[in-house]
Amino acid sequence: MAVPAIELKGVTKRFGHVVANKNVDLVVNRGEILAILGENGSGKTTLMNMISGIYYPDEGQIFIDGEETQIRSPKDAFAHRIGMIHQHFKLIDLFSATENVILGINNGKKYNIKEAEKQVREITDRYGFILDPQKKIYDMSVSEKQTVEIIKVLYRGADILILDEPTAVLTPQETEKLFAVLRRMREDGKSIIIITHKLHEVLAISDRVSVLRKGEYIATVNTADTDESQLTEMMVGKKISLNIERTDPKEPTDRLEVRGVSCEDSMGVRVLEDVTFTARGGEILGIAGIAGSGQRELLEAIAGLQNTSTGDILYHNPDDGQTVDLRHKTPTEIRELGVRLSFVPEDRLGMGLVGNMDIIDNMMLRSYKKGRSVFLARKEPRGLAEKVINELEVVTPGATTPVRRLSGGNVQKVLVGREIASQPKVLMAAYPVRGLDINSSYLIYNLLTKQKENGTAVIFVGEDLDVLIELCDRILVLNSGRITGIVDGRTANKEEIGLLMTKTAHGTEAKTDAHS
Amino acid sequence: MHIVKRDQMAWYKSWLIRAAAIVAALIVCALVTVLLTHKDPIKVYATMFSGAFGTPRRIWNLLQNIAMLLCVSLAVTPAFKMKFWNIGAEGQVLVGGLATAACMILFGGKIPNALLILVLVVASILAGAIWAVIPALFKAKWNTNETLFTLMMNYVGIQLVSYFSMYWEAQKGSGQIGIINQSTRAGWLPRIGEYEYLLNILIVAVITVLMYIYLKYSKHGYEISVVGESQNTARYIGVNVKKVIIRTMILSGAVCGIAGFLLVSGTNHTINTTTADGRGFTAIMVSWLAKFNPLFMVLTSFLLVFLQKGANEIATVFGLNKSFSDILTGIILFFIIGCEFFINYRIVFRHSHKEVK
Amino acid sequence: MFTSATVITLIQRAIMQGIPILYGSTGEILTEKSGHLNLGIPGIMYVGGISGVIGSFLYENSLPSRDAINPFLAVMIPLICSIVGSLLMGLIYCFLTVTLRANQNVTGLALTTFGVGFGNFFGASLVKLTNSEVPSVTLTNTSRFFRASLPFADKLGWFGQIFLSYGFMTYLAIAIAFIAAYFLKKTRRGLYLRSVGENPATADAAGINVNRYKYTATCVGSVIAGLGGLFYVMDYATGVWSNEGFGDRGWLAIALVIFAIWKPNFAVPGSIVFGGLYIVYLFINGLPMRTAELFKMLPYVVTIIVLIFTSVRKKRENLPPASLGISYFREER
Repeated sequence: MAVPAIELKGVTKRFGHVVANKNVDLVVNRGEILAILGENGSGKTTLMNMISGIYYPDEGQIFIDGEETQIRSPKDAFAHRIGMIHQHFKLIDLFSATENVILGINNGKKYNIKEAEKQVREITDRYGFILDPQKKIYDMSVSEKQTVEIIKVLYRGADILILDEPTAVLTPQETEKLFAVLRRMREDGKSIIIITHKLHEVLAISDRVSVLRKGEYIATVNTADTDESQLTEMMVGKKISLNIERTDPKEPTDRLEVRGVSCEDSMGVRVLEDVTFTARGGEILGIAGIAGSGQRELLEAIAGLQNTSTGDILYHNPDDGQTVDLRHKTPTEIRELGVRLSFVPEDRLGMGLVGNMDIIDNMMLRSYKKGRSVFLARKEPRGLAEKVINELEVVTPGATTPVRRLSGGNVQKVLVGREIASQPKVLMAAYPVRGLDINSSYLIYNLLTKQKENGTAVIFVGEDLDVLIELCDRILVLNSGRITGIVDGRTANKEEIGLLMTKTAHGTEAKTDAHS
Repeated sequence: MHIVKRDQMAWYKSWLIRAAAIVAALIVCALVTVLLTHKDPIKVYATMFSGAFGTPRRIWNLLQNIAMLLCVSLAVTPAFKMKFWNIGAEGQVLVGGLATAACMILFGGKIPNALLILVLVVASILAGAIWAVIPALFKAKWNTNETLFTLMMNYVGIQLVSYFSMYWEAQKGSGQIGIINQSTRAGWLPRIGEYEYLLNILIVAVITVLMYIYLKYSKHGYEISVVGESQNTARYIGVNVKKVIIRTMILSGAVCGIAGFLLVSGTNHTINTTTADGRGFTAIMVSWLAKFNPLFMVLTSFLLVFLQKGANEIATVFGLNKSFSDILTGIILFFIIGCEFFINYRIVFRHSHKEVK
Repeated sequence: MFTSATVITLIQRAIMQGIPILYGSTGEILTEKSGHLNLGIPGIMYVGGISGVIGSFLYENSLPSRDAINPFLAVMIPLICSIVGSLLMGLIYCFLTVTLRANQNVTGLALTTFGVGFGNFFGASLVKLTNSEVPSVTLTNTSRFFRASLPFADKLGWFGQIFLSYGFMTYLAIAIAFIAAYFLKKTRRGLYLRSVGENPATADAAGINVNRYKYTATCVGSVIAGLGGLFYVMDYATGVWSNEGFGDRGWLAIALVIFAIWKPNFAVPGSIVFGGLYIVYLFINGLPMRTAELFKMLPYVVTIIVLIFTSVRKKRENLPPASLGISYFREER
């Protein structure tokens, strides 16, 4: 067998005490498409960043064409003809495609934009891209921007291309086109590594699949010899018992009804499609889905931060039995309607809290308007701050410390503590345990369970399937902005949810699979 | 070598750095002074002190100048806290002053003096607020660059004053309004006892306290901080960002208008294009150096006025011209501006770095 | 009302008024394209002017007689002094805002305070040295070389008067503006500079040395702006430096940047329009003196209108550089 283009042996990478990659072996051959499969946080991107020179491995070796090589910077990677297309595009909006492609290249040749345009056109013709080299980035769709990023890498002469979740931002049609281009590159002898967690895409495009789970290398299989259920099993692994205490819901009542909600993002791309579900008081409703499946938009639409194009969001007020529609209401209007809705957003310091303000001032973010006085009443928030610090064991020098200086877990305790303090009837939490240590995570689980026992409708957006299955009463699965299933947390298994998350949402097969 | 952002520095350490920067600046200033005057630097600095504090009149003068600079600095602060770069205070002060002067000329002697002063206050506040709210409206609606807009508004204001100086010129061809209502003193801010500027100073002291309370204890002030820190958080808690921008700029312009009123009705009793005397720009530095805290601004405006007065004295005593003070002020500002780096960042020396992040 | 002779004079004077602003504006455009709003430009132009005056003053006074002046040195000495002076100002600004990441507005305003003070201080000092009756320094001996126009200019009638009757620095200003436009639009380095001002993180990731571009653009920009000060005193003011004489031309230069929507080639006609607006009142008969002051307001009003218009239209090419005014720090990704 020919010498592999890249070979990794025993590569390990740590960030502080977190091990992102543990003893990973990997082989990439010339002229093949290798899929790297794994859940969110399984270490796929970190591993690829070590090949493209962004990180340097703590242990292990990297061989290129059989020779051990040190890759210390993206420049080194390019010297070895390796190029990576990141999820977040690095393009200058004001420039044309060609200008972006040639940015930073000093090949000693005379600057000639026409010549560069010709070269870009040659690349697009060769691999079947559709792109106008003169088009400005700000006029481009997401898929066109991605094309520019790929051409940037090809223009620099890369033979090994790494694509980090390239289909996350594409429509099914655009994905098909991308795959056609990738196949043509493979025929041209290039090696392509594609990071993904969508099973059907793995099966559609790759020659081989390497699976990572929680930073560890699991195995590599030939795509022809495998199927979805085997890959899902490799990806999610065996169920791990977490011993999260789950009580049975007591008389669940319908609290929040979401009916046929759709919405578009600022680029006009549809991010939620006809979403319908009911959250009940006294119950935790989990939301599962790969990152960017519409979780954020859904919660923001309910909280009054995201405009919806269709649908209704009905709140059944348990205090007076009235029903109000929250659609197209601002957060203030929602509050004035007597809706007790709390929201722990994903971006804690960028949205939920103000980093430079102290704990007391952060406590009153939601309540400062209360009362007629033009002045702030700090007494209550001060008491609340002290209560949260004591009850949730927030490690801080005091209530007047800016929250920016607290550790991640303590920041989250402050945020969740505040949101719970208003005794919500609906509590939404997006990834509330992300980045938290075990103890803090359990504290949050217990807080959510307690809210549920108090009759609150809790909506929990999570990424760890083990947690979702043990914590939630029902789990709603989002896939590309659509609901692909709502399963019972007590009977669901990881493979079932994993399939609902990853299979294509278009067409009926996913839905029938879900109920089989 | 590698630069990282500091988490936070103990307050005394950061003030130690600032103090060190001022000392370093004074040494450089001394060198420059010696180079140009060939005089003993200690003597030069002693001259500075006597220039600022030498006589009761000088002290009153100093206090009055501090009060005026402080007033404009207070005005720009709410906008800066919101991260709205209002560098149009110069123009806002001038149109406030112009409105005052206009009302003094038009209504002087025609209505009771108490009423006239009330009219002056209202007119100056309105004029300043209008001058400030125009850029704010465009910022809120179309995100028009406020730094450039407010900067341009300054010169429109200056030319307006220049026009009216000639329109109401005292002697034909002089282009100067001259002292307004000199005989009747109509519209002049009354003097408390012997002390000419005492009322001005008291008014600014009250504004300082009010502004401190407004920013720290009022709901509006809280909203300003949230909008300045993170527009996303403001959205999350349901703050109407556009409304806050417009409201805050109206306040900013209104206080500038009051400064204009104090300068015309309470100090100069006339107006010309130099009435604001660059305070609109100096105020930006005063406010920024004080970290937007109104109480610290008392200190920073004192520092800058002291430098100006002191350097003026050096210039007079040693036969230099008064622009010398601008050179010294500039040097000291460079040092203070530069030293913030050492408060916010840390330099880490590393022999080898294995990774980019 | 307008005779052809007055039209020619109007154009000539508009150009003379416009050239210092054009220098300042071209310099500021280069600086802003690197993402730095340099409000120190008015101060830099003062320093550029006075440095040239100092150099020329020392040279003229070292001469044994008025006629011993060497035309080459008479031009080169002030030119080099002016360049060195404004370069140092640019370096101060860069060190504070690029290396120490200080707030650009505050630094720029401090630089203007310093620069104007520097100009007026040395201006007044020189006046004192000459023991002159009037508060100004007169360097007409040097100035005539700056003002020398082509010998055959006046033989070509109106054409010569409008196009050829100026000193070399007028043509230099226009040449620099067009070269800067060409540089920004048509060269690799121009492309890289624009990328730094638009999105320094992306430029950095592409391997462009962001700080080097910021330093170079700002310093070159300062030098160009400083030449505006030199032109003002040596050509426009016929070699007479008087304090505060330069006025608010530095701020007009910043206004012109907006008026020209960040394009140096647009700044060329723009500067003449600005210059024309500034002096057109002189050519309208029967106007009261004070109306002139309203006319002087026009450049700023027009600039505000352009600013509003571009922000409402949101045509991306006409907006300020995206990272204007924001310090770049690599770790903040």
